[in-house]
Amino acid sequence: MRRSAWFYPQLAFTVLVAAFLVVPVAMSMTAGLTVNFFQGVRSGLTLRWIGEVWALYRETIGLSMAVALACLAVDLVIGVPAAYVLARRRGWLTRLLEEALVLPVAIPGLATALALILAYGTWGEFRTSWGFILVGHVLFTLPFMVRAVLAVLSSIDLKTLEEGAASLGASFLQRLFGIVLPNASSGIVAGALMVVTLSIGEFNMTWMLHTPLTKTLPVGLADSYASMRLEIGSAYTLIFFVMIIPLLIGIQLAARPRRRAPVREESR
Amino acid sequence: MERRDRPYLILLVLPAVVLFAAFFLLPMVRLMAVGAGGPQGASAYAAIVTEPRYLRSLLSTLVLSATVTFTTLVVSSVAGVFLQRHAFPGRRLLVAMLTFPLAFPGVVVGFMVIMLAGRQGLIGDVTHLATGQKLVFAYSMAGLFTGYLYFSIPRVILTLMAAAEKLDRRLEEAARSLGASPWRVVWDVIVPGLRPALISAGAICFATAMGAFGTAFTLATEIEVLPMTIYTEFTLRANFAIAAALSIVLGAVTWVALALARTAAGSTVAAAA
Repeated sequence: MRRSAWFYPQLAFTVLVAAFLVVPVAMSMTAGLTVNFFQGVRSGLTLRWIGEVWALYRETIGLSMAVALACLAVDLVIGVPAAYVLARRRGWLTRLLEEALVLPVAIPGLATALALILAYGTWGEFRTSWGFILVGHVLFTLPFMVRAVLAVLSSIDLKTLEEGAASLGASFLQRLFGIVLPNASSGIVAGALMVVTLSIGEFNMTWMLHTPLTKTLPVGLADSYASMRLEIGSAYTLIFFVMIIPLLIGIQLAARPRRRAPVREESR
Repeated sequence: MERRDRPYLILLVLPAVVLFAAFFLLPMVRLMAVGAGGPQGASAYAAIVTEPRYLRSLLSTLVLSATVTFTTLVVSSVAGVFLQRHAFPGRRLLVAMLTFPLAFPGVVVGFMVIMLAGRQGLIGDVTHLATGQKLVFAYSMAGLFTGYLYFSIPRVILTLMAAAEKLDRRLEEAARSLGASPWRVVWDVIVPGLRPALISAGAICFATAMGAFGTAFTLATEIEVLPMTIYTEFTLRANFAIAAALSIVLGAVTWVALALARTAAGSTVAAAA
């Protein structure tokens, strides 16, 4: 096909936009491994800054992972059943609930965090534990799990499948574990990747909810940007990227339009 | 089956309802009460327009968010329609590059702006080579604008690509054959075709920009955008009533914007930055 005269200017523009997004990421990754960023890569490469970040901020990395996994566990236990109920019953009440659950995403995290502090800030034990951060993260990520599972369950004929099983004598729990959960699995995986990614990166709420003893990775990042040299902030950001980029790739793969799974054949 | 399952269904949805009521509804009611319980009473809610400092903060946040939204929509439409319509090697890589910062936290976006336009940034180096003057704007309104643009483009571009796929190209050919100039085709055919996506993506973009805290926090603590104002009132001045009232107003603005997005086109949830 012959390219029109418009092709190359548009291509150049699109490449420029992509560069705007990617170049600073590449720069920051390089800076985290460079002896002196001001002098450039010529000054040599080093793991020194990574080591300093590890010494200074190790706990934040561990806490972020713990919070993200705990958040995932809560979202699985609470969100998946809720999504199933929303898929089974499409009444005004369930619609209202679906709308309500999205509210913590629709309004700024800062507002939710202030509300939590004003309501529960005086409960000392709770306020100073990482459970306080977990509550915020669950509120913020739950809608992503619910929507991912709901989307999958709404795309299949759940009713017919369940009625068929029930007519053959399957109990509620047998249907839940034998039909609903296996059919929802792709949505659960997509939701889980999203939940972990969002929890690891959550800052707006966490900055308000954290205490000096409960600092997560993004809180540490903000601290290092404000008070450490550029190389340390960069090395820290590099660690963050290494943690979330596999998750982001997973999300892109999970979001790809799936072909219908072929009917499994017993090939023996 | 329906009748017999009811108790189980209630049991399954109950944890979500309890969690939401205890940790969102109740705190929000408390937030509203605190907002009205300060020395000024319920008029704290009016302070956002009566108090010049808060009004200025609100206006600059609105102007910034609107400008960012407009720029993002223009940039993403051009790139999105282009990517949707042309097959070329590297196209999928470009799409991946344009969407992957989607889940970056606001603080990291702020740091990306420092990389570009900070004291040791790329733009400073390039302008220093070209003119002998270092251009540093990361810590100003322009830096904030750059950061907001950075996190907005990935949020918007996929929606616009999906909308561009549905455009009827015969309409454009018809317009062209009737003698319309390329600009008229863009303005009279393509833009109306993209309108639902533009409204929906634009509202998400606007709401995210209004509530963005991390980016502003990293770049410019002295620039008064509404989330920074709320933060300052709460932590530095311990002015809880005003902070609560401003939060409620901000939350209402972003919620209305997102409700508009969802009535305009399908359902979408945007992650906050």
